[in-house]
Amino acid sequence: MVLLRTLLHMLMVRPLMWFLLGGKVEGRENLPSSGPAILAANHNSHLDIFFLQSLLPVGALPLTHPVAAADYFCRTKLTTWLSRNLIGIIALSRTRASFHEDPLAGVKETLRAGKIVIIFPEGSRGEPEMLSMIKPGIAHLAKDFPDVPVIPVFIKGLGKSLPRGELALVPHLCRAFVGEALKYGYGEGQNVRKFTEDLKGWFFARADQQNSAGLTNR
Amino acid sequence: MPTDGYLRLIEQLYVTGVVSLDQALSCMIVLKHEIRYLFLGLFAAALGGVLFGLLKKDTEIRKRSGTWLLIIAFFFVGLGISSKLTTWFFAYLSFLALREYIGIIDTRKSDHATLFWLFPAIIAQYYWVAIDWYGMFIIFIPVYLFLFVPLRLVLAGETTGFLRSASVIQWGAMTTIFPVSHVAFLARLPTHGYAHGLGYVMALLVMTASNDVFQFISGKTFKGPKIIPKISPGKTWSGFLGGVFCSALLGALLLPWLTDYPRVWGAVVGALLSVCGFFGDVVESAIKRDIGIKDSGDILPGHGGILDRIDSLIYTAPVFFHLTRYLYH
Repeated sequence: MVLLRTLLHMLMVRPLMWFLLGGKVEGRENLPSSGPAILAANHNSHLDIFFLQSLLPVGALPLTHPVAAADYFCRTKLTTWLSRNLIGIIALSRTRASFHEDPLAGVKETLRAGKIVIIFPEGSRGEPEMLSMIKPGIAHLAKDFPDVPVIPVFIKGLGKSLPRGELALVPHLCRAFVGEALKYGYGEGQNVRKFTEDLKGWFFARADQQNSAGLTNR
Repeated sequence: MPTDGYLRLIEQLYVTGVVSLDQALSCMIVLKHEIRYLFLGLFAAALGGVLFGLLKKDTEIRKRSGTWLLIIAFFFVGLGISSKLTTWFFAYLSFLALREYIGIIDTRKSDHATLFWLFPAIIAQYYWVAIDWYGMFIIFIPVYLFLFVPLRLVLAGETTGFLRSASVIQWGAMTTIFPVSHVAFLARLPTHGYAHGLGYVMALLVMTASNDVFQFISGKTFKGPKIIPKISPGKTWSGFLGGVFCSALLGALLLPWLTDYPRVWGAVVGALLSVCGFFGDVVESAIKRDIGIKDSGDILPGHGGILDRIDSLIYTAPVFFHLTRYLYH
């Protein structure tokens, strides 16, 4: 199944992403080639998962698992099977069944297995090309894995290419900026709020830089 | 054409009975393919220039030259192999330009579906080229797509900024698809005399690209009063006139060799293309200034974006195409 997933990715997803979205990356050297690692990206489009996967080195691909909403990707048995096996998603329930149940259990298990997890800390796609609040969930996760690098990735243009609620994909040059890894265990006086603020600061600084650089996505 | 003499010789050989009709005809066909060797010659010359640039110490010049090398290789594959491939090669160029254009313009969320339809329009436009349907090719974008865009925008149901969006989208189609498809159609013009459609394409591309260089160099060399300082501070009158002069000279040399244009006409067309190229350049500059960017992209290291490279072609391609068509077909 991993082989099928890799083949599908290399033969279809990667060439299509390159053809339709270009895919310029700044800071490619910061991308992980092995796990465990957490990739934290802003979220604007369904394409985000594929775009991020196509940035990673081929060897890291079978290790990569995007965290995605169970209520969206696992509506039917077929979509559940497809997204689990062909995209490799970890389904995250947005509604908690009971208070004692840990919604991040699947994610933690994956990290313990030494894999790379893609997380969208904003939670949902939101308005196209707008950053929404970074939720503290990622910081809680990082707290449990203080030595696992959290690599922030700012991606731009995908909300214009395939925004929420649209069916048609508009080819458009997208780009990614990969930041240096943040590690929960390395910050002084680290706490969940501080970590969330640090991450948020990085994303907003990137967004501001883009807006003032002229090559904006207005 | 240097081919003329040979063709007359073959004719004589046939008339005097030295060769059969079959032999004479196959010789003529081979001669028509001489144009491909001209291509090779031009590419070799361009390559030589670029390799010279690559040997320079200046990293900026080396980056620029490296990109030129890629562009030349790209065009060599696109033009040299088959005329069908040439058509779709230019379709790909339109695609790259449009993709870049959408990235730099300001669009509303409700424009999304309309923008999508520009991409099937590229395929349709080049399909008309591929099947040689001139009538459809020439009206498809300015009439049918023109009517379709506001229609699709109305269906999206957003009136604020409607006219602006409609205009911006039309402009995209008219500058990234329409002129580039003229170059593709030029390659498919029926052979007239002994000149081949590809010869015209080559002439247009070489003239347009070298005119950019001429105007740039003579602008740097001769300072003086500026033409439109608000839009393009680097453009001086002397630079412009120097460019026109050099292009006329190149036209007189190149056009009789590659096309059916006689030498005098070659000079006139060279000067005309130079003026058109200048217009294309400053119009694109004005647009970039309006948007607030310096380059349209960074896909071509050292050059900027695709739109920065094809800006002159927006004006030169349609003018050269229609002049040629009017005069020879």
